[in-house]
Amino acid sequence: MENGHKTGNGVAAPACEVAKVPEEEIAAICARYGCDKHRMLDILREVQDRYRCIAPSTMDRIAAGTGLTRIEVEGVASFYSFLSLVPKGRVTIRLCDDIVDRYSGLDAVTAVFEEVLGIRTGETSADGAFSLETTPCIGMCDQAPAAMVNDVVLTRLTPETARSAAEALKAGQSPEQLVSERFASLTPHERALHMVGNNIRHAGEVLLGPVPEDAGLSNAVSMTPAQIITTVEESGLRGCGGAGYTTGRKWRFAASERAEKHFVICNADEGEPGTFKDRVLLTERPHLLVEGMTIAARAVGAREGILYLRGEYVYLRELLEQVLEERRRRGLLGEAILGVKGFDFDIRLQLGAGAYICGEEGALISSCEGLPGEPKTRPPFPVNRGYLGYPTVVNNVETFCHAARILDRGAKWFHAMGTEGSHGTKLFSICGDCLNPGIYELPYGHTVRELLEMVGAEDAAAVQVGGPSGTMIARDSFHRKLTFDDLATGGAIIVFNGARNILEIVEYYMSFFVHESCGYCTPCRVGNVFLQKAISKFRKGLANPEDIDYLKELSGTIIETSRCGLGMTSPNPILSTLKNFPLVYSAVSKPSKDGIRDTFDIQSAIDGARKIAKRRSYIFDKDFTQ
Amino acid sequence: MSELPKARIATASLAGCFGCHMAILDIDERLIDLMKLVDVDRSPLTDKKRFTQRCDIGIIEGGCCNEENVHVLHDFRRNCDVLIALGQCAIMGGLPAMRNAIMHSDAPLRECLDEAYITGKYIRNTTHHVPNDPALPLLLDEVYPCSQVVEIDYQIPGCAPSGDIIFDTLAKLLTGKFRGFERDMIKFD
Amino acid sequence: MSGTKKETGFTFTIDGIEITATAGQTIMEAADEAGVYIPRLCDHEGLRHQGSCRVCTVKAGGRSVAACTQPAAPGQAVENETQHLTKMRRDLVEMLFHEGNHLCPICEASGNCELQAMAYRLDMTEATKFPYLEPCRALDASHPDIALDTNRCISCGRCIRASQDVDGKGIFGYVGRGIHRRVAVNGENLADTTAEVTDHAISAEVCPVGCIIRKRVGFAVPIGEREFDKGLIGHEIEEKRK
Repeated sequence: MENGHKTGNGVAAPACEVAKVPEEEIAAICARYGCDKHRMLDILREVQDRYRCIAPSTMDRIAAGTGLTRIEVEGVASFYSFLSLVPKGRVTIRLCDDIVDRYSGLDAVTAVFEEVLGIRTGETSADGAFSLETTPCIGMCDQAPAAMVNDVVLTRLTPETARSAAEALKAGQSPEQLVSERFASLTPHERALHMVGNNIRHAGEVLLGPVPEDAGLSNAVSMTPAQIITTVEESGLRGCGGAGYTTGRKWRFAASERAEKHFVICNADEGEPGTFKDRVLLTERPHLLVEGMTIAARAVGAREGILYLRGEYVYLRELLEQVLEERRRRGLLGEAILGVKGFDFDIRLQLGAGAYICGEEGALISSCEGLPGEPKTRPPFPVNRGYLGYPTVVNNVETFCHAARILDRGAKWFHAMGTEGSHGTKLFSICGDCLNPGIYELPYGHTVRELLEMVGAEDAAAVQVGGPSGTMIARDSFHRKLTFDDLATGGAIIVFNGARNILEIVEYYMSFFVHESCGYCTPCRVGNVFLQKAISKFRKGLANPEDIDYLKELSGTIIETSRCGLGMTSPNPILSTLKNFPLVYSAVSKPSKDGIRDTFDIQSAIDGARKIAKRRSYIFDKDFTQ
Repeated sequence: MSELPKARIATASLAGCFGCHMAILDIDERLIDLMKLVDVDRSPLTDKKRFTQRCDIGIIEGGCCNEENVHVLHDFRRNCDVLIALGQCAIMGGLPAMRNAIMHSDAPLRECLDEAYITGKYIRNTTHHVPNDPALPLLLDEVYPCSQVVEIDYQIPGCAPSGDIIFDTLAKLLTGKFRGFERDMIKFD
Repeated sequence: MSGTKKETGFTFTIDGIEITATAGQTIMEAADEAGVYIPRLCDHEGLRHQGSCRVCTVKAGGRSVAACTQPAAPGQAVENETQHLTKMRRDLVEMLFHEGNHLCPICEASGNCELQAMAYRLDMTEATKFPYLEPCRALDASHPDIALDTNRCISCGRCIRASQDVDGKGIFGYVGRGIHRRVAVNGENLADTTAEVTDHAISAEVCPVGCIIRKRVGFAVPIGEREFDKGLIGHEIEEKRK
């Protein structure tokens, strides 16, 4: 992905050309969300879905409807990838442009879509029927290449299946019809499984084995909040999203904060490239997740919760809405849960709109509040002052599911699994160059080598543990263990064989971080662009040995001065490959001779002028007379 | 000072306005002191077009906007022990480098030449052609700071740098006493 | 900022200098009062703290934090002007120089520009390793008294906060994400807003660079008499200690 800095900042984007949206329709959409500015993301998503564009005049009306200024609305609308200030096609095809998809034949699939639809990637067809785009990892790496077609997901694309899909769309079929002719008669769960496979390769004892219905919640209602928190603390459960903060302690802090309201938020914004474990839990264990959230609500005294679902998982929306509705009907959500007076809790679903940064706790809260997904200043921490300023517990999908199981089976049961400091099981989403990509639920403590044997990847040459913000290790580190203290991961394990180009992978990951940086702080906004440019110099053979020090120094500044976890980890693809694959860099860098930089490419610098002047260079073309 | 053997210096103006060379003259009467320390080799100040021997210090004004600038800069790097970028153009491209940012099309160089020789509002060019004499050096796609083309040892900031900072820096370099600039001397304008 | 009484005060140190602070004060607020200057660009007296430029990064208790948003803690040893931190800050300032088009020789803010002054203070005089991003954003000269050249914007957001909180207008805001994030105006252009040249947000002290331009006053102050011709940035705070 190009960072497109120059063009992006160039001539102003053309104004939205679609017909003006009737004022009363915008007013009605705002009214549906209580004209609440904190529901801005919902409002904008709905406008985008309906009118395929958020035009300046529309922003004026939304601003009027919610009591904001237009620039505030524009700030939100221009932040999220799935919202657009220029008109998009009635059908928007978003090809997943992850490195794993690229290695699975994305190019051929893209070529077919471009050919059949008659537009290039990044374009919208003249008749407004189609837009073709790329998007970072959509969480389907075990069935790549994949694409979103409006709210529908297509997986395991081949040039053949891509052609038939594109032709069907062109012939007027709906995206849903691509999934199944009987789409309308399928249940939400069936629809999800028609689109996306679970690929559960190994079910463990905690999450993916047999799980009794609401056993944890039943226990929790007979316990005091303090007892619940103690149980979770004693289990040793740590956050499964990547950061690994002790869950019980987080709940304790939030519970001890005196406030009018408390909130529980589930982070289902699984965006780390190569991670797709929460997708499977949301599909197969949605009740367990909501049960866990409900238990957390009892523990911290929250009456309201939010399930923040990443925009890429919009195909799971109706499944989750149905689960919430069913639980309300069964008295498991709403007032007096399980008949316990005063135990009131309900959850609203908040959909994201294409922003990796929203997986960061503070950014996720900002997004829930209807703001651009920018991390918040710490302190105060969310447990003290989070959503709308109230104490808020934010946990990952898997963490809530674990908590529900701990309340069912007890802290000791969970604590006994795994290793010291890393208790219980963990879902690993494994993809890339292996025979059996998919989900593996395993206790902490397995070595990378053991994992690779399980997935059929004995020829692995490099493994990216924890996604791009994690660590890239080489064969000499395959003995290392998957624990919080050794190789920590939110679940992503991406396998690369010896034929893959490490620098290509690193360059892709840096372009990912450039795309996903929120831009709030200087080092992350600017520094990552510099890193990306430096890596591309290496790839072009235009780097010299001192550029290796430059990479290290610049990475150091970004890590040390960035405001949130994104910038504190974005140089990791570079730093971990410099450490574990040093030859990859030294082999392509060449020293300057006599202080003259080989990295300055005179031939490409004069090429344009040569063509315009229609003559060769006296100085730099030896055969200039020809 | 006077016991030291004289150092050789050379200077060149690339894509600059010659203002930095004028600024060298702002050293004023101290030029007499300076000349006790140095002999000037290749330089517009001496009108010597070629190096007569290896130099201790090369001073470069201006960035690189065409192939000849690159050629001269390469020549200076090969023939000088220490290379100094003098002034903002040499340091960061300066005003000539504005063309890097103000062109909008996919063919910025074409656009730049057309604007300068044909389409520009205030152009009176009856030939309606961009000059293309074979003796004209080819333009580069962008204007480059010197440090992107060769290794630069020191940069003297300013547009133009003051006579004081030039004298101070040279005098200290020649006597091995340079430890960085006095803060109140650093000016980018 | 803090209204807490002096009785709740405590002390901590910055580079070994003892500083008295009150509960709730940030490291920078306490340092400013004590006459210790911590470099900053996005922070400005009278405006909310934002913590985005990161130039005020200090080490407190071994961790790197933004001094403008980090509360001071009793007994803490804070590092400010160490070689290491100065290098980080220089990198950040250089990033800002390279992100926009900062041609000091032709900029009317030169001499009064905080970005430039910060580069002087941090000795930004060595050959750069960073590429120039050279943005190409249209100039907004629509307003009769004010012009905007966002190619010189460093995204400090001081105008946004000043307009929102001081002027009560909300003329400016951020749009876009990542490297495309920038300051924009509440309307088609500046003339389409309620901006006035008398707004605090438009005043010379709020925009640290030459992005917000008041028409017809440029280059009025001769070289030698401009703000940072008179002294290094931060000297006013540092003089409190002398």
